[in-house]
Amino acid sequence: MAAAPQAKADTAMQVGALRLPEGGAWITAAREEALARLRATGLPQRRDEYWKFTRPDSLTLAEAPRAALFEDADEPEMFGDMDRLRLVFVDGVFDPEASDPPEMAGVRIERLADVAGQDLHWARDLYGTLEARGQTPVPRPLAALNTALADDGVLIHVTGKASKPINLIYHHRSETSDAILHHLIKLDPGAELTVLENGPAAARFNKVIEVDVADEARFHHVRVQGRDHERRAATHVFARLGRESAFKSFTMTANGVMTRNECVVELTGDDASAHVAGAAMGDGDFHQDDTVFITHDAERCESRQVFKKVLRNGATGVFQGKILVKPGAQKTDGYQISQALLLDDDSQFLAKPELEIYADDVACSHGSTSGAIDEDALYYLRSRGIPRPIATDLLVLSFLAEAVEEIAEESLRDEITARFSGWLERRRG
Amino acid sequence: MLEIKNLHVDLEEEDKTILKGVDLTVEAGSVHAIMGPNGSGKSTLSYVLSGRDGYTVTEGSATLDGQDLLDMETEERAAAGLFLAFQYPVEIPGVGNMTFLRTAVNAQRKARGQDEISAADFLKLVRERAKALEIDADMLKRPVNVGFSGGEKKRNEILQMAVLEPKMCILDETDSGLDVDAMKLVANGVNSLRDAGRGFLVITHYQRLLDHIVPDVVHIMSEGRIIKSGGPELALEVEKNGYADLKAEVA
Repeated sequence: MAAAPQAKADTAMQVGALRLPEGGAWITAAREEALARLRATGLPQRRDEYWKFTRPDSLTLAEAPRAALFEDADEPEMFGDMDRLRLVFVDGVFDPEASDPPEMAGVRIERLADVAGQDLHWARDLYGTLEARGQTPVPRPLAALNTALADDGVLIHVTGKASKPINLIYHHRSETSDAILHHLIKLDPGAELTVLENGPAAARFNKVIEVDVADEARFHHVRVQGRDHERRAATHVFARLGRESAFKSFTMTANGVMTRNECVVELTGDDASAHVAGAAMGDGDFHQDDTVFITHDAERCESRQVFKKVLRNGATGVFQGKILVKPGAQKTDGYQISQALLLDDDSQFLAKPELEIYADDVACSHGSTSGAIDEDALYYLRSRGIPRPIATDLLVLSFLAEAVEEIAEESLRDEITARFSGWLERRRG
Repeated sequence: MLEIKNLHVDLEEEDKTILKGVDLTVEAGSVHAIMGPNGSGKSTLSYVLSGRDGYTVTEGSATLDGQDLLDMETEERAAAGLFLAFQYPVEIPGVGNMTFLRTAVNAQRKARGQDEISAADFLKLVRERAKALEIDADMLKRPVNVGFSGGEKKRNEILQMAVLEPKMCILDETDSGLDVDAMKLVANGVNSLRDAGRGFLVITHYQRLLDHIVPDVVHIMSEGRIIKSGGPELALEVEKNGYADLKAEVA
């Protein structure tokens, strides 16, 4: 307890020393409000309940810990077979030369750095808004920090059905880069967009995406966090869903000493659906945390959380998932499952599944398990001549399949499965 | 082909002796059946031969074409030509039946120093073998045994056998849970694989499977030993009089 006042003082010093980026009137106001939110909560501390399983230290240090560069040149380009619009960032800075022209029918794409001084109404109304809503009931200081400090990112306004996915590609080229990106995505009623993300981004990466999904709009998100092991990441997705809209997000994490992915979804219109899934594979000093908070605030909405982690050689996986059903959110259908496959006794899975329900006509279920490889299944595969290491890998893929199957499109599912297979094969040697 | 001599086996978990000196030789080209009451050790014999964990061989030997089976890993036994059709095939979600089969075929070929089978040849082989067992494209695409009926699971076992082409096939209560039509399909699948170079050991509780897969030799197992061997007529005798009479007779 004696350390607490000192820690608080450090936070005050760090936050006090922050300088906001240059910008126009609206963004400066939004940044100042975010900074005020951050000052009110302070940076996350080890003793915070919400950070019980994940040490925030390396995410809040004034300087990003060094991270050796890593090129995954032994694999084909991620999403390389897909027709997609690429937007490339290098250590957190948009690279127009490496990107495709940001033009597509039904979609308007702008760069945060370019429009911060302009009066772009929808961006002004959205920037920091969903993040601020997501600060209660649990504070998310790293997201407020992001809103205050981000000076790059993309603003995507979708007015129709996008003809192809937008692929945000994040390269890591400097061992000490400390990147902050803030993306805004607004889908008008009935609009559709798929966003693909891949790459390690930086030595340390703080990213926020705010997604406003209007009535009957559909948003799909598939993210692959790079094999770059030493990079650190704290990411937030904040989504607000209108009537009969759909939100689907899948994240693959393989490697990474520190990854905290928060996903905060508010179902505000009736008959909306939100699916959040993740599959993670980690080895050694891998630490990966999925923190999900889904709020049902309308009738007949459906939400699903499906998270699977495969851990070996002392790797750590964390899942904190909550379904909050507000008064009046009748006929809510909420489902949550988190499972870990522990390939040895040194690895650990820490899970905190939560339901909080204030409506009386709902169906919510949750489950969390951790276990070892199924010996009967292993024997069955081996009895067909499949050597133990290959049989084990097949069972690992089998375990992850339920999460991977949450991805709607088959070609994307196959690509993710192939990446996991590759990861397993490389470890087999 | 398969030669078992004085095999004694303990179940590790319960510190209990299950097999108390089994002697059995299955020649290439022949079909042997083992019948016996529950708990006589029939399934244990199949598990020990295929290398399942949890059993300790305390005495005796088992060889396949002179190779010491008991000294090999489960997957090495398979590559050497041993196949066990499971009484309870295991469900493996997320792994397609075709992927599973191709992985198994190629792993065995690799272990024997052969090249991998081409995708086209593999597809042709599986389609041809699947057709005879009335296994459709959908079943081949689905995850291994997931959502399969009892009969579909057993047919899938025989399909694996037909594709892997083992030398020595052990069928552990393959008839359990099958209706008459499914049993005929399975039996036809087995019969089509009978040839001079292949041996079969059919473990069953009831005689009815042996109407369809006619054995050359029938063995009766009781309390961890083979207590009587004879021709197909021995199975009929069991069906008529039960095991109790036989046990009394031998005692």
